[in-house]
Amino acid sequence: MCLAVPGKVLRIEERDGTRMASVDFGGVVKEVCLEYVPDLRVGEYTIVHVGFALQRLDEDSARRTLELFENLGLLEEEFGDPWRAAEAEQRADGVPQPGDAPREVRL
Amino acid sequence: MKYIEEFQDPELAGKLLDDIHATVTRPWALMEVCGGQTHSIIRHGIDQLLPEELELIHGPGCPVCVTPLELIDKALEIASRPGVIFCSFGDMLRVPGTGRDLFQVRAEGGDVRVVYSPLDALALARENPDREVVFFGIGFETTAPPNAMAVHLAAREGLRNFSLLVSHVRVPPAIEAIMNAPHCRVRAFLAAGHVCSVMGTEEYPELAERHRVPIVVTGFEPLDILEGVRRAVRQLEAGRATVENAYQRAVVPQGNPAARAMLAEVFTTTDRGWRGIGVIPDSGWRLAPRFEEFDAEHRFSVEGITTREPAACRSGEVLQGLLKPHECEAFGTTCTPRTPLGATMVSSEGACAAYYLYRRLGGTTTAPLEASTVD
Repeated sequence: MCLAVPGKVLRIEERDGTRMASVDFGGVVKEVCLEYVPDLRVGEYTIVHVGFALQRLDEDSARRTLELFENLGLLEEEFGDPWRAAEAEQRADGVPQPGDAPREVRL
Repeated sequence: MKYIEEFQDPELAGKLLDDIHATVTRPWALMEVCGGQTHSIIRHGIDQLLPEELELIHGPGCPVCVTPLELIDKALEIASRPGVIFCSFGDMLRVPGTGRDLFQVRAEGGDVRVVYSPLDALALARENPDREVVFFGIGFETTAPPNAMAVHLAAREGLRNFSLLVSHVRVPPAIEAIMNAPHCRVRAFLAAGHVCSVMGTEEYPELAERHRVPIVVTGFEPLDILEGVRRAVRQLEAGRATVENAYQRAVVPQGNPAARAMLAEVFTTTDRGWRGIGVIPDSGWRLAPRFEEFDAEHRFSVEGITTREPAACRSGEVLQGLLKPHECEAFGTTCTPRTPLGATMVSSEGACAAYYLYRRLGGTTTAPLEASTVD
Protein backbone atom coordinates (compact mmCIF):
# COMPACT_ATOMS: atom_id res chain seq x y z
CA MET A 1 0.00 0.00 0.00
CA CYS A 2 2.79 2.39 0.78
CA LEU A 3 4.53 1.03 -2.26
CA ALA A 4 5.07 4.05 -4.41
CA VAL A 5 7.25 4.12 -7.47
CA PRO A 6 9.13 6.79 -9.38
CA GLY A 7 7.93 7.65 -12.84
CA LYS A 8 8.68 10.25 -15.50
CA VAL A 9 6.10 12.85 -16.47
CA LEU A 10 5.41 12.61 -20.23
CA ARG A 11 2.40 14.90 -20.72
CA ILE A 12 0.23 17.16 -18.56
CA GLU A 13 -3.39 18.19 -19.09
CA GLU A 14 -6.43 19.50 -17.24
CA ARG A 15 -9.30 17.01 -17.18
CA ASP A 16 -12.64 17.94 -15.58
CA GLY A 17 -10.89 20.62 -13.55
CA THR A 18 -8.26 18.17 -12.29
CA ARG A 19 -4.58 18.30 -13.18
CA MET A 20 -3.58 14.96 -14.70
CA ALA A 21 -0.43 13.56 -16.30
CA SER A 22 0.69 10.57 -18.32
CA VAL A 23 3.56 9.06 -16.36
CA ASP A 24 6.03 6.50 -17.66
CA PHE A 25 7.07 3.71 -15.28
CA GLY A 26 9.83 2.05 -17.25
CA GLY A 27 7.61 1.42 -20.28
CA VAL A 28 4.22 1.21 -18.57
CA VAL A 29 2.32 4.49 -18.93
CA LYS A 30 -0.39 5.39 -16.43
CA GLU A 31 -2.67 8.32 -15.83
CA VAL A 32 -1.69 10.12 -12.64
CA CYS A 33 -3.33 12.93 -10.68
CA LEU A 34 -1.01 15.92 -10.15
CA GLU A 35 -3.23 17.91 -7.78
CA TYR A 36 -0.78 17.40 -4.90
CA VAL A 37 2.34 18.34 -6.88
CA PRO A 38 0.87 20.93 -9.24
CA ASP A 39 4.21 22.47 -10.26
CA LEU A 40 5.62 19.23 -11.69
CA ARG A 41 6.91 19.70 -15.23
CA VAL A 42 7.20 17.38 -18.21
CA GLY A 43 10.47 15.42 -17.99
CA GLU A 44 10.62 15.48 -14.18
CA TYR A 45 10.35 12.39 -12.00
CA THR A 46 7.73 11.90 -9.33
CA ILE A 47 6.85 9.36 -6.65
CA VAL A 48 3.43 7.89 -7.49
CA HIS A 49 1.07 6.02 -5.19
CA VAL A 50 -2.40 4.70 -6.16
CA GLY A 51 -2.59 7.05 -9.13
CA PHE A 52 -1.39 10.20 -7.36
CA ALA A 53 1.90 12.05 -7.54
CA LEU A 54 2.86 12.52 -3.90
CA GLN A 55 6.26 14.16 -4.16
CA ARG A 56 8.77 15.32 -6.74
CA LEU A 57 11.73 12.94 -6.97
CA ASP A 58 14.77 15.12 -6.51
CA GLU A 59 17.39 13.89 -8.99
CA ASP A 60 20.20 16.01 -7.50
CA SER A 61 19.54 14.53 -4.10
CA ALA A 62 19.48 11.00 -5.52
CA ARG A 63 22.83 11.61 -7.21
CA ARG A 64 24.37 13.08 -4.06
CA THR A 65 23.21 10.09 -2.00
CA LEU A 66 24.78 7.67 -4.48
CA GLU A 67 28.02 9.67 -4.40
CA LEU A 68 28.02 9.53 -0.62
CA PHE A 69 27.75 5.73 -0.79
CA GLU A 70 30.47 5.66 -3.43
CA ASN A 71 32.84 7.59 -1.18
CA LEU A 72 31.95 5.70 1.95
CA GLY A 73 35.01 4.37 3.65
CA LEU A 74 37.38 6.95 2.09
CA LEU A 75 37.28 9.21 5.14
CA GLU A 76 37.47 6.21 7.39
CA GLU A 77 40.67 5.07 5.63
CA GLU A 78 42.16 8.54 6.08
CA PHE A 79 41.27 9.24 9.67
CA GLY A 80 39.75 6.05 11.09
CA ASP A 81 41.01 3.48 13.56
CA PRO A 82 43.39 1.26 11.53
CA TRP A 83 42.53 -1.85 13.54
CA ARG A 84 38.84 -1.50 12.87
CA ALA A 85 39.54 -0.69 9.24
CA ALA A 86 41.62 -3.86 8.92
CA GLU A 87 38.86 -5.90 10.54
CA ALA A 88 36.34 -4.43 8.14
CA GLU A 89 38.62 -5.24 5.22
CA GLN A 90 39.02 -8.82 6.35
CA ARG A 91 35.26 -9.12 6.52
CA ALA A 92 34.99 -7.64 3.06
CA ASP A 93 37.46 -10.24 1.84
CA GLY A 94 35.21 -12.91 3.20
CA VAL A 95 37.49 -13.92 6.08
CA PRO A 96 35.06 -15.17 8.68
CA GLN A 97 35.09 -13.19 11.90
CA PRO A 98 33.81 -14.34 15.23
CA GLY A 99 30.14 -13.45 15.28
CA ASP A 100 29.96 -12.82 11.55
CA ALA A 101 26.54 -12.97 9.99
CA PRO A 102 26.29 -15.10 6.87
CA ARG A 103 27.46 -12.83 4.10
CA GLU A 104 26.22 -13.35 0.63
CA VAL A 105 25.24 -10.31 -1.37
CA ARG A 106 22.13 -11.26 -3.30
CA LEU A 107 20.91 -7.81 -4.15
CA MET B 1 13.65 2.54 -14.24
CA LYS B 2 15.49 5.56 -12.96
CA TYR B 3 16.58 5.45 -9.31
CA ILE B 4 15.43 1.91 -8.74
CA GLU B 5 18.34 -0.09 -10.19
CA GLU B 6 20.83 2.50 -8.94
CA PHE B 7 19.66 1.90 -5.39
CA GLN B 8 20.10 -1.87 -5.75
CA ASP B 9 23.80 -1.74 -6.67
CA PRO B 10 25.60 -4.68 -4.97
CA GLU B 11 28.97 -2.90 -4.89
CA LEU B 12 27.58 0.10 -3.03
CA ALA B 13 25.63 -2.25 -0.78
CA GLY B 14 28.95 -3.83 0.16
CA LYS B 15 30.35 -0.44 1.17
CA LEU B 16 27.35 0.32 3.33
CA LEU B 17 27.53 -3.14 4.91
CA ASP B 18 31.21 -2.74 5.66
CA ASP B 19 30.52 0.56 7.36
CA ILE B 20 27.73 -0.98 9.42
CA HIS B 21 29.94 -3.93 10.41
CA ALA B 22 32.71 -1.53 11.43
CA THR B 23 30.34 0.57 13.54
CA VAL B 24 28.42 -1.99 15.55
CA THR B 25 29.88 -2.97 18.92
CA ARG B 26 26.86 -4.39 20.74
CA PRO B 27 23.34 -5.75 20.21
CA TRP B 28 20.60 -3.43 19.02
CA ALA B 29 17.03 -4.08 17.91
CA LEU B 30 15.72 -1.84 15.12
CA MET B 31 12.15 -1.74 13.89
CA GLU B 32 11.28 -1.05 10.27
CA VAL B 33 7.80 0.39 10.51
CA CYS B 34 6.56 -0.21 6.99
CA GLY B 35 5.54 -3.56 5.54
CA GLY B 36 6.97 -2.51 2.17
CA GLN B 37 10.36 -2.26 3.85
CA THR B 38 9.85 -5.68 5.49
CA HIS B 39 9.31 -7.20 2.05
CA SER B 40 12.41 -5.50 0.67
CA ILE B 41 14.48 -6.74 3.64
CA ILE B 42 13.36 -10.35 3.35
CA ARG B 43 13.36 -10.41 -0.45
CA HIS B 44 16.98 -9.24 -0.64
CA GLY B 45 18.11 -11.10 2.46
CA ILE B 46 19.28 -7.83 4.02
CA ASP B 47 18.75 -9.02 7.59
CA GLN B 48 21.14 -11.92 6.95
CA LEU B 49 23.87 -9.61 5.71
CA LEU B 50 23.84 -7.43 8.80
CA PRO B 51 26.09 -8.06 11.82
CA GLU B 52 24.46 -10.61 14.08
CA GLU B 53 24.28 -8.00 16.82
CA LEU B 54 21.57 -6.24 14.80
CA GLU B 55 18.01 -7.52 14.84
CA LEU B 56 15.37 -6.12 12.54
CA ILE B 57 11.94 -6.29 14.15
CA HIS B 58 9.10 -6.07 11.64
CA GLY B 59 6.61 -3.34 12.49
CA PRO B 60 2.84 -2.96 12.13
CA GLY B 61 3.01 -0.88 8.95
CA CYS B 62 0.81 -3.08 6.82
CA PRO B 63 -2.51 -1.26 6.39
CA VAL B 64 -4.34 -4.33 5.12
CA CYS B 65 -3.13 -6.30 8.14
CA VAL B 66 -4.21 -3.80 10.79
CA THR B 67 -7.66 -3.03 9.36
CA PRO B 68 -9.98 -4.12 12.17
CA LEU B 69 -11.91 -7.35 11.65
CA GLU B 70 -15.18 -5.60 12.43
CA LEU B 71 -14.63 -3.25 9.51
CA ILE B 72 -13.73 -6.14 7.18
CA ASP B 73 -17.00 -7.81 8.21
CA LYS B 74 -18.86 -4.56 7.51
CA ALA B 75 -17.19 -4.41 4.09
CA LEU B 76 -18.30 -7.99 3.37
CA GLU B 77 -21.85 -7.16 4.42
CA ILE B 78 -22.06 -3.99 2.32
CA ALA B 79 -20.44 -5.68 -0.69
CA SER B 80 -23.10 -8.41 -0.55
CA ARG B 81 -25.97 -5.98 -0.98
CA PRO B 82 -27.78 -5.66 -4.29
CA GLY B 83 -27.22 -2.34 -6.01
CA VAL B 84 -23.76 -1.89 -4.53
CA ILE B 85 -20.50 -1.79 -6.47
CA PHE B 86 -17.82 -2.43 -3.87
CA CYS B 87 -14.35 -1.23 -4.87
CA SER B 88 -11.10 -2.15 -3.18
CA PHE B 89 -7.39 -2.41 -3.71
CA GLY B 90 -6.46 -5.93 -4.76
CA ASP B 91 -4.80 -7.16 -1.60
CA MET B 92 -8.02 -6.80 0.42
CA LEU B 93 -9.74 -9.56 -1.62
CA ARG B 94 -8.36 -12.53 0.29
CA VAL B 95 -8.18 -10.93 3.73
CA PRO B 96 -10.22 -13.19 5.95
CA GLY B 97 -13.20 -11.69 7.71
CA THR B 98 -15.28 -13.75 10.10
CA GLY B 99 -15.90 -16.83 7.98
CA ARG B 100 -15.43 -15.42 4.47
CA ASP B 101 -13.61 -12.84 2.34
CA LEU B 102 -14.39 -10.42 -0.51
CA PHE B 103 -13.39 -13.06 -3.03
CA GLN B 104 -16.17 -15.31 -1.78
CA VAL B 105 -18.64 -12.44 -1.75
CA ARG B 106 -17.84 -11.91 -5.41
CA ALA B 107 -18.25 -15.63 -6.14
CA GLU B 108 -21.65 -15.47 -4.44
CA GLY B 109 -22.77 -12.69 -6.79
CA GLY B 110 -21.60 -9.52 -5.06
CA ASP B 111 -20.30 -6.83 -7.40
CA VAL B 112 -16.74 -6.49 -6.05
CA ARG B 113 -14.25 -4.63 -8.22
CA VAL B 114 -10.51 -4.23 -7.84
CA VAL B 115 -9.30 -0.72 -8.60
CA TYR B 116 -5.82 0.75 -8.87
CA SER B 117 -6.79 4.22 -7.65
CA PRO B 118 -9.68 5.79 -5.71
CA LEU B 119 -10.23 7.88 -8.84
CA ASP B 120 -11.22 4.65 -10.63
CA ALA B 121 -13.95 4.16 -8.04
CA LEU B 122 -15.07 7.73 -8.57
CA ALA B 123 -15.29 7.10 -12.33
CA LEU B 124 -17.47 4.04 -11.64
CA ALA B 125 -19.78 6.23 -9.56
CA ARG B 126 -20.11 8.69 -12.45
CA GLU B 127 -20.81 5.90 -14.93
CA ASN B 128 -23.35 4.14 -12.71
CA PRO B 129 -25.63 6.81 -11.25
CA ASP B 130 -28.24 4.20 -10.29
CA ARG B 131 -25.77 2.16 -8.23
CA GLU B 132 -24.10 2.83 -4.87
CA VAL B 133 -20.33 2.82 -5.31
CA VAL B 134 -18.41 2.15 -2.09
CA PHE B 135 -14.64 2.41 -1.88
CA PHE B 136 -12.73 0.62 0.89
CA GLY B 137 -10.47 3.45 2.05
CA ILE B 138 -7.66 1.88 3.99
CA GLY B 139 -4.05 2.87 4.39
CA PHE B 140 -1.52 5.04 6.17
CA GLU B 141 -0.69 8.69 5.59
CA THR B 142 0.50 7.77 2.09
CA THR B 143 -2.89 6.54 0.89
CA ALA B 144 -5.08 8.93 2.86
CA PRO B 145 -4.52 11.98 0.58
CA PRO B 146 -5.62 10.14 -2.61
CA ASN B 147 -8.72 8.89 -0.81
CA ALA B 148 -9.37 12.36 0.61
CA MET B 149 -9.17 13.75 -2.93
CA ALA B 150 -11.81 11.25 -4.11
CA VAL B 151 -14.20 12.47 -1.41
CA HIS B 152 -13.37 16.10 -2.13
CA LEU B 153 -14.10 15.60 -5.84
CA ALA B 154 -17.30 13.66 -5.12
CA ALA B 155 -18.51 16.55 -2.97
CA ARG B 156 -17.52 19.10 -5.62
CA GLU B 157 -19.36 17.19 -8.34
CA GLY B 158 -22.34 16.38 -6.13
CA LEU B 159 -21.85 12.63 -6.66
CA ARG B 160 -24.35 11.31 -4.14
CA ASN B 161 -23.81 7.62 -4.96
CA PHE B 162 -20.16 7.52 -3.84
CA SER B 163 -19.01 6.68 -0.32
CA LEU B 164 -15.85 5.67 1.51
CA LEU B 165 -15.54 2.92 4.10
CA VAL B 166 -12.74 4.50 6.08
CA SER B 167 -9.98 2.81 8.04
CA HIS B 168 -7.04 5.16 7.82
CA VAL B 169 -4.19 4.89 10.30
CA ARG B 170 -1.26 7.10 11.35
CA VAL B 171 2.33 6.12 12.09
CA PRO B 172 3.35 8.42 15.01
CA PRO B 173 0.72 7.12 17.48
CA ALA B 174 1.78 3.56 16.55
CA ILE B 175 5.41 4.39 17.39
CA GLU B 176 4.20 5.83 20.68
CA ALA B 177 2.23 2.64 21.44
CA ILE B 178 5.21 0.41 20.57
CA MET B 179 7.54 2.40 22.83
CA ASN B 180 5.01 2.30 25.69
CA ALA B 181 4.43 -1.46 25.43
CA PRO B 182 5.89 -3.53 28.27
CA HIS B 183 9.13 -5.30 27.35
CA CYS B 184 9.66 -3.07 24.32
CA ARG B 185 12.99 -4.03 22.76
CA VAL B 186 13.02 -1.48 19.94
CA ARG B 187 15.98 0.91 20.20
CA ALA B 188 15.61 2.71 16.87
CA PHE B 189 13.04 3.12 14.11
CA LEU B 190 13.34 3.13 10.36
CA ALA B 191 10.41 5.44 9.62
CA ALA B 192 8.30 4.81 6.53
CA GLY B 193 9.65 6.92 3.67
CA HIS B 194 6.49 7.52 1.69
CA VAL B 195 4.46 8.36 4.78
CA CYS B 196 7.02 11.13 5.29
CA SER B 197 6.82 12.17 1.61
CA VAL B 198 3.31 13.30 2.58
CA MET B 199 3.64 14.26 6.24
CA GLY B 200 7.26 15.42 6.36
CA THR B 201 9.34 14.85 9.46
CA GLU B 202 7.90 17.39 11.88
CA GLU B 203 5.92 14.87 13.92
CA TYR B 204 8.98 12.85 14.89
CA PRO B 205 11.57 14.93 16.83
CA GLU B 206 9.36 15.08 19.93
CA LEU B 207 8.94 11.28 19.85
CA ALA B 208 12.67 10.68 19.33
CA GLU B 209 13.57 12.95 22.21
CA ARG B 210 10.97 11.77 24.71
CA HIS B 211 11.67 8.07 24.14
CA ARG B 212 15.39 8.52 23.51
CA VAL B 213 15.00 6.62 20.25
CA PRO B 214 16.66 7.46 16.91
CA ILE B 215 14.15 7.74 14.05
CA VAL B 216 15.60 7.52 10.55
CA VAL B 217 13.32 8.22 7.60
CA THR B 218 14.11 5.37 5.21
CA GLY B 219 13.30 4.42 1.64
CA PHE B 220 12.52 1.04 0.15
CA GLU B 221 15.33 -0.07 -2.14
CA PRO B 222 18.13 -2.20 -0.65
CA LEU B 223 20.60 0.69 -0.45
CA ASP B 224 17.95 2.87 1.18
CA ILE B 225 17.34 0.25 3.87
CA LEU B 226 21.06 -0.24 4.47
CA GLU B 227 21.57 3.52 4.76
CA GLY B 228 18.67 3.74 7.22
CA VAL B 229 20.23 0.98 9.31
CA ARG B 230 23.69 2.56 9.05
CA ARG B 231 22.47 5.93 10.28
CA ALA B 232 20.40 4.41 13.09
CA VAL B 233 23.36 2.33 14.28
CA ARG B 234 25.71 5.33 14.17
CA GLN B 235 23.28 7.22 16.40
CA LEU B 236 22.86 4.32 18.81
CA GLU B 237 26.59 3.73 19.12
CA ALA B 238 27.15 7.46 19.73
CA GLY B 239 24.33 7.68 22.27
CA ARG B 240 22.30 10.07 20.13
CA ALA B 241 18.55 9.99 19.48
CA THR B 242 17.48 12.36 16.74
CA VAL B 243 15.46 12.35 13.54
CA GLU B 244 17.46 11.88 10.35
CA ASN B 245 16.28 11.80 6.77
CA ALA B 246 17.96 9.03 4.79
CA TYR B 247 15.46 9.35 1.93
CA GLN B 248 16.02 12.92 0.83
CA ARG B 249 15.21 12.33 -2.81
CA ALA B 250 11.56 11.82 -1.89
CA VAL B 251 11.13 13.44 1.53
CA VAL B 252 11.37 17.12 2.50
CA PRO B 253 10.88 18.28 6.11
CA GLN B 254 7.52 19.92 5.49
CA GLY B 255 6.18 16.98 3.48
CA ASN B 256 3.55 17.78 0.89
CA PRO B 257 1.64 20.90 2.00
CA ALA B 258 -1.19 20.46 -0.53
CA ALA B 259 -1.79 16.87 0.57
CA ARG B 260 -1.65 17.81 4.24
CA ALA B 261 -4.15 20.61 3.68
CA MET B 262 -6.53 18.17 1.98
CA LEU B 263 -6.18 15.71 4.86
CA ALA B 264 -7.06 18.48 7.31
CA GLU B 265 -10.09 19.43 5.23
CA VAL B 266 -11.57 15.97 4.68
CA PHE B 267 -10.52 13.95 7.74
CA THR B 268 -10.40 14.33 11.48
CA THR B 269 -8.26 12.21 13.81
CA THR B 270 -9.91 9.49 15.85
CA ASP B 271 -9.08 6.55 18.11
CA ARG B 272 -8.72 3.50 15.90
CA GLY B 273 -8.62 -0.24 16.57
CA TRP B 274 -5.68 -2.05 14.95
CA ARG B 275 -6.32 -5.70 14.13
CA GLY B 276 -4.29 -7.92 16.43
CA ILE B 277 -3.09 -4.96 18.49
CA GLY B 278 -6.12 -3.15 19.90
CA VAL B 279 -7.23 0.46 20.09
CA ILE B 280 -4.48 3.07 19.80
CA PRO B 281 -5.59 6.55 20.87
CA ASP B 282 -5.78 9.14 18.12
CA SER B 283 -4.18 6.71 15.65
CA GLY B 284 -6.67 7.01 12.82
CA TRP B 285 -8.59 9.31 10.57
CA ARG B 286 -12.31 9.36 9.88
CA LEU B 287 -14.29 11.67 7.64
CA ALA B 288 -14.87 15.14 9.08
CA PRO B 289 -18.51 15.87 10.03
CA ARG B 290 -19.16 17.97 6.90
CA PHE B 291 -18.32 14.94 4.73
CA GLU B 292 -20.45 12.53 6.78
CA GLU B 293 -22.78 11.81 3.85
CA PHE B 294 -19.82 10.19 2.06
CA ASP B 295 -19.14 7.87 5.00
CA ALA B 296 -20.23 4.33 4.07
CA GLU B 297 -20.70 3.45 7.74
CA HIS B 298 -23.16 6.34 7.98
CA ARG B 299 -24.91 5.52 4.70
CA PHE B 300 -25.33 1.78 5.26
CA SER B 301 -26.45 0.73 8.68
CA VAL B 302 -24.72 -2.55 9.41
CA GLU B 303 -25.85 -4.08 12.67
CA GLY B 304 -25.33 -7.30 14.52
CA ILE B 305 -21.74 -8.05 13.53
CA THR B 306 -20.05 -10.63 15.72
CA THR B 307 -16.39 -10.98 14.91
CA ARG B 308 -14.35 -14.13 15.45
CA GLU B 309 -10.62 -14.49 14.89
CA PRO B 310 -9.19 -17.97 14.30
CA ALA B 311 -7.58 -19.11 17.55
CA ALA B 312 -4.50 -20.45 15.77
CA CYS B 313 -3.61 -17.09 14.18
CA ARG B 314 -0.87 -15.19 15.97
CA SER B 315 -0.70 -12.26 13.56
CA GLY B 316 -1.22 -9.81 16.44
CA GLU B 317 2.11 -10.88 17.92
CA VAL B 318 3.75 -10.73 14.49
CA LEU B 319 2.43 -7.18 13.98
CA GLN B 320 3.82 -6.10 17.33
CA GLY B 321 7.22 -7.58 16.57
CA LEU B 322 6.89 -10.15 19.37
CA LEU B 323 6.99 -13.15 17.06
CA LYS B 324 8.71 -13.86 13.75
CA PRO B 325 6.28 -15.33 11.19
CA HIS B 326 7.98 -18.72 10.91
CA GLU B 327 7.81 -19.15 14.68
CA CYS B 328 4.00 -19.52 14.43
CA GLU B 329 2.81 -23.16 14.43
CA ALA B 330 0.30 -22.47 11.66
CA PHE B 331 2.87 -20.82 9.33
CA GLY B 332 3.14 -22.68 6.05
CA THR B 333 0.98 -25.56 7.30
CA THR B 334 -2.62 -24.57 8.00
CA CYS B 335 -1.87 -20.97 7.02
CA THR B 336 -0.64 -20.14 3.50
CA PRO B 337 -1.38 -17.27 1.09
CA ARG B 338 -4.07 -19.44 -0.52
CA THR B 339 -5.64 -20.44 2.79
CA PRO B 340 -4.71 -17.58 5.12
CA LEU B 341 -5.74 -17.47 8.75
CA GLY B 342 -4.75 -13.83 9.11
CA ALA B 343 -4.23 -10.76 6.96
CA THR B 344 -0.44 -10.82 7.46
CA MET B 345 -0.32 -13.91 5.21
CA VAL B 346 -2.14 -12.28 2.26
CA SER B 347 -1.21 -8.65 2.08
CA SER B 348 1.59 -7.60 -0.25
CA GLU B 349 3.06 -5.92 2.82
CA GLY B 350 2.34 -8.62 5.40
CA ALA B 351 5.35 -10.07 7.21
CA CYS B 352 4.01 -13.64 7.03
CA ALA B 353 3.51 -13.32 3.27
CA ALA B 354 7.09 -12.04 2.90
CA TYR B 355 8.51 -14.99 4.84
CA TYR B 356 6.38 -17.44 2.88
CA LEU B 357 7.10 -15.92 -0.50
CA TYR B 358 10.85 -15.90 -0.02
CA ARG B 359 10.93 -19.27 1.73
CA ARG B 360 12.17 -17.91 5.01
CA LEU B 361 11.48 -21.06 6.96
CA GLY B 362 13.34 -21.20 10.21
CA GLY B 363 15.96 -18.66 9.20
CA THR B 364 17.16 -20.13 5.90
CA THR B 365 16.42 -18.75 2.48
CA THR B 366 16.58 -19.86 -1.07
CA ALA B 367 15.95 -17.88 -4.21
CA PRO B 368 12.64 -16.06 -4.31
CA LEU B 369 9.78 -18.39 -5.11
CA GLU B 370 7.22 -16.13 -6.68
CA ALA B 371 9.07 -12.85 -6.69
CA SER B 372 7.15 -11.50 -9.63
CA THR B 373 3.90 -11.51 -7.70
CA VAL B 374 5.14 -8.91 -5.23
CA ASP B 375 5.04 -5.10 -5.63
